[in-house]
Amino acid sequence: MSDPILAVENLTVRFPGPHGPVAAVRGVSFTLGRERVGIVGESGSGKSMTGRSILRIAPRTAEVRATRIAFHGEDLLAASEKRMRAIRGRRISMILQDPRFSLNPVMRVGDQVAESFRVHHPGRRAQARDRALDMLSQVRIREPKRVYDLYPHEVSGGMGQRIMIAMMLVPEPEVLIADEPTSALDVTVRTQVLAILDDLVTQRGLGLVFVSHDLNLVATFCDRVLVMYAGRIVEECRAADLARAAHPYTRGLLAAMPRLDAPRERLAVLQRDPAWLTA
Amino acid sequence: MSATPEIAVRNLRVSFGAGEARVAAVDDVSFEVMPGESHGLVGESGCGKSTILRAICGLNARWDGAIFVAGEKLAPRRSLALHRKVQMVFQDPYASLHPRHTVDTILHEPLAIHRLGDVNRRINDALDQVGLGRAFRFRFPHQLSGGQRQRVAIARAIILEPRILLLDEPTSALDVSIQAEVLNLLADLRRERGLTCLLVSHDLGVVAHMCERVGVMRSGRLLKETRVDALRAGAVAHEYTRRFIEASAGYDRAMVHAWAARDPQMENPT
Repeated sequence: MSDPILAVENLTVRFPGPHGPVAAVRGVSFTLGRERVGIVGESGSGKSMTGRSILRIAPRTAEVRATRIAFHGEDLLAASEKRMRAIRGRRISMILQDPRFSLNPVMRVGDQVAESFRVHHPGRRAQARDRALDMLSQVRIREPKRVYDLYPHEVSGGMGQRIMIAMMLVPEPEVLIADEPTSALDVTVRTQVLAILDDLVTQRGLGLVFVSHDLNLVATFCDRVLVMYAGRIVEECRAADLARAAHPYTRGLLAAMPRLDAPRERLAVLQRDPAWLTA
Repeated sequence: MSATPEIAVRNLRVSFGAGEARVAAVDDVSFEVMPGESHGLVGESGCGKSTILRAICGLNARWDGAIFVAGEKLAPRRSLALHRKVQMVFQDPYASLHPRHTVDTILHEPLAIHRLGDVNRRINDALDQVGLGRAFRFRFPHQLSGGQRQRVAIARAIILEPRILLLDEPTSALDVSIQAEVLNLLADLRRERGLTCLLVSHDLGVVAHMCERVGVMRSGRLLKETRVDALRAGAVAHEYTRRFIEASAGYDRAMVHAWAARDPQMENPT
């Protein structure tokens, strides 16, 4: 593996609760090189919060602690807010799940993509427009010139998600944290959008953290997989080996999935073991 | 075929908007579902699959063509008895249950509308059947998990003892492990009650698990109906259906190249 761009050591995220603090992430460590790392788990397993904590955009009430979150050796937890603004978006970017909440409803979508470029490359307005149009066509939007002038309510969910992806890719970040980036996309479009991310990793050396609940997708798309349960990484393996996973939780999830190629009478139901919380 | 189909849809057309903005959401769709059969409709979002369900259950009264349900031809105004035969479970259990109504009130409503007696027993039975138990009867939706809410939505549908269950992405809002529980429950109910099901989903795995036959839809049209075993064997001729099956299996870089080579016309989806 190439030397890590990002190294997370012993990350813990806690929220204050009525009966004392509740831990959403409990001691997560991993590294990211120029590769695709998948984080899978069910809702509430802490996978999204892990991604947000790296960029320091966890909710205000969250208490984020870690031995180290290093980006090219620089500790992000110790970085000033000004320094973070230079990193966020430009060098580490994040694609959020739902385009309905992440696009500005009163701004043309093309201008939002162009703005994302201009924030980090000030000045040249016409160039920003060209870059935005180019990026829109790269995410397979058929008529970028027409779509550029639309407002978010005029585009479909799938198109909104591709616009968001364009917005995050146009500053050419080194690390991309993608939180369920294809959940609103149809399977055929999903494949094509993943191909774009794939090319960025293999050709431009992007480091990709791919957060998803879809084990099958992660197994086929990523290089490595981290399986999270109740705020911990319970299993780490090469994506190709996910089918031979050892942890009962991972095995349970795989068995619960209805599959086209392997029909079964009844789906296995996951039996949760309290020991997984500590093991 | 000797038996009459439980659901027959003939040349169904549904469109929204007028003039230039007119969009044909469902465009000349015909299919049949035999009694006790489970039929699936798959396709991308916006392909018209949910619109078909809404037309069948009466949530959308403006359509052209003919729909027969349990041997009866549907008209814009329907009898109460007909509504009782066809019940629907919606996609989002967070949106389909009234947030200020208890489970008891939610289940009581269809009984009151259809003037059915023996309310107490019916509600308890329905809760038992969906595996929730009576302890859940006086809780509010916000006190339940997503899977439990979907069980309440299923209880609300089966409490009227329908013959036909329309399922609109019943598990897409749920985690895989919870999805497995809900799909098992639906399979059990279907077997016990001999229900006819029409399931809409974007997930080919879910449809293949639940249904014997499946129709693939695209842009309001029903492309092809296939038996699920044929789908598994990969015996499909239509390019779009093939892509849909391949893409559902997961990601493969070579697949994207192969698509472009096979049929460049279909590149650049809207």
